[in-house]
Amino acid sequence: MVKEVIMPQLGESVTEGTLDRWLVKEGDYVNQYDPLCEVVTDKVNAEVPSTCSGIVSKIVVEEGQTVEVGRLICYIEVQSDSVDDDKVEEKTTTRNGDLSSTGEAGQSTQTNRYAPSGPHPGYSPVVRRLAKEHGIDLETVTGTGKDGRITRNDLLRIIEEKEGSTVASSTNPKVDRLPGQESDLHIPLTPVRRAIANKMVQSKSEIPHAWTMIEVDVTQLVQLRSKIKEEFKQKHGLRLTYLPFFIKAAAAALQKFPQVNSQWAGDKIIQKKEINISISVATEEALFVPVIKQADRKNILELARAIHDLANRTREGKLTPQDVEGGTFTVNNIGSFGTILSQPIINYPQAAILSVEAIKERVVVIDGMIAVRHMVNLCLSLDHRILDGLVSGRFLKYIKDQLEQMGENFDLGEVGLN
Amino acid sequence: MAQLSYIQAITQALKEEMESNPKVFVLGEDVGKRGGVFRATLGLYEQFGQERVIDTPLAESAIVGVAIGAAAYGYRPVAEIQFADFIMTAVNQILNEAAKFRYRSNNDWTCPVVIRAPYGGGIHGALYHSQSIESLFCSTPGLVVVAPSTPFDAKGLLKAAIRSEDPVLFLEHKKCYRLIKGEVPSEEYVLPLGQAEVKREGKDVTVITYGLMLHYTLQAAEKLEQEGISTHVLDLRTLYPLDQEAILEAARKTGKVLLVTEDNKEGSLISEVAAIIAEHALFDLDAPIKRLAGPDIPAMPFAPPLEEFFMITPEQIETAIRDLARF
Repeated sequence: MVKEVIMPQLGESVTEGTLDRWLVKEGDYVNQYDPLCEVVTDKVNAEVPSTCSGIVSKIVVEEGQTVEVGRLICYIEVQSDSVDDDKVEEKTTTRNGDLSSTGEAGQSTQTNRYAPSGPHPGYSPVVRRLAKEHGIDLETVTGTGKDGRITRNDLLRIIEEKEGSTVASSTNPKVDRLPGQESDLHIPLTPVRRAIANKMVQSKSEIPHAWTMIEVDVTQLVQLRSKIKEEFKQKHGLRLTYLPFFIKAAAAALQKFPQVNSQWAGDKIIQKKEINISISVATEEALFVPVIKQADRKNILELARAIHDLANRTREGKLTPQDVEGGTFTVNNIGSFGTILSQPIINYPQAAILSVEAIKERVVVIDGMIAVRHMVNLCLSLDHRILDGLVSGRFLKYIKDQLEQMGENFDLGEVGLN
Repeated sequence: MAQLSYIQAITQALKEEMESNPKVFVLGEDVGKRGGVFRATLGLYEQFGQERVIDTPLAESAIVGVAIGAAAYGYRPVAEIQFADFIMTAVNQILNEAAKFRYRSNNDWTCPVVIRAPYGGGIHGALYHSQSIESLFCSTPGLVVVAPSTPFDAKGLLKAAIRSEDPVLFLEHKKCYRLIKGEVPSEEYVLPLGQAEVKREGKDVTVITYGLMLHYTLQAAEKLEQEGISTHVLDLRTLYPLDQEAILEAARKTGKVLLVTEDNKEGSLISEVAAIIAEHALFDLDAPIKRLAGPDIPAMPFAPPLEEFFMITPEQIETAIRDLARF
């Protein structure tokens, strides 16, 4: 009998994925749980495991194609030796159970059973024509037809919206007809770039950003770090950076000011119980924000290890969906490039983002005396619907105090050196 | 306006045309004293006498042949074929003679003959009383084939057919005869041949059909409206030559087309409709053109469950529209 494999739900709020690469070809034999293909979703690469053992009889989705969650991607021919096969089929929805909390599994199974054979219908002639005439990128359209097919009515709705309002309120990226020259380089969007663009537009257009900055004297911290970094490296095999200290301070401040650790939910504000810090990790192509879970419960050593691990896996393209889920606040270590001021865009749907600028020696005045101190600017972008100046000011001040106290009296247990 | 049944509208059209034009006469099996087996010519014998309401022998080739001859003499005969199933022996007269009269004589002669024939199933008529014979006649230029679905259309189109200079095969769905009632104005009116009509405006799915299936489609559309599915319904009315413009306009309206006939599927009239749409409206299509038709079985069976299996039902149409809407 033939079983269907569908695009799994690879993480919360993920609605589609791009089939990056098939790891099998038609006619190949696969065992259950063997990887079938690699899928790139909203900032994650993941392998889709086989739901059963058998021969890949037909590949439906081509490499590079973006399909919505629940859509058929291939068929596997199974040697049927069990009478229970039909019942099992109901459940072959590829990891849906453990990855999805939305309960879409049943629904997608149903729609798939609707079309038991044959390839998925592509774009209909009228859909192609309308998309071309109105400059609509079909990859950005969510279909409401059978198996998520994009229908003529879907496009008519978009066209009506487009022509009805000139305000750029939609998060759908518009295709701009910019005058270009033959010699210009036209770079097609990668799925990751598109995902970043969508998230940024959504955040910047939905969230009323406010911005503030505070100066922190980290002279003691600089001294501390230079004192222990060699020993730390020898003992733990890691380079000790400043980032774990800043995350430690931020996590403590979030504990003290849970208002900052929250999300805007339309008719209410959701205060998140866990403090999960997203950190920005850039690669040549894209920006990723993996998450350090329960950062408030980790000491400096554990934070350093978590950062090291996430950064490595990001660069190797081995982040899992879980790695990027559940962030409640973002710390962005932009200062490593030497910048002293930035206005970060909030990592939607969080309430605030902190950017840590470069630590610079500067002349400052302390108690009427001139001194040379290691100074750093901390910049905070905040959702002004949730937070006001009072809380965010106190929040930043608390982080500053934490950091300025990290000096001679610092508990070396935090870095595993006592 | 009066509520008339489909067959009353036919009788009224015959009566009015016979009253206004002494050249109009009817002929057929049992059309005289009996008033026709379906009572389509009821009262005409009494009103117009045996010279204008002529009972004929059981010979369809003779009925049509006599009509053609009379037409050549300046009369306007309306020949009744008792059941469309019996028309086969008259095919030579219709296709080789009547349809080609004008062409053969280089426009010197016309052939103003109307051949009325009750067709269609769902009336427990079995093999020889249930057939849809339209596709056999819908490929001969020179012949017009009309199949009205409502009393209003039946009257207006039959009057137009009688006044037409060219032969018209006028197909009356026998299940519609007494099942379908509707408003028919008392004032004189004639409808144009060759024009389809939108019977319901909609935006999700287009259904193109004719005859009894039009009513089944409208029933299905009414139900689906409650589900939020909006159905656009085009009644072909004239089956040959087809109103291509109206067909294309209806198809473009939604991009999803369902064609319904109770005739056998392969080679049916709706296959031609599908071809017209595919040929001219490809870039307006949002789904494959879907045909819903009777099975490719020689004829309608007699056993009620088998007849039910053969006939297209409102439920089948409803399901087909819903599937297309969701596609």
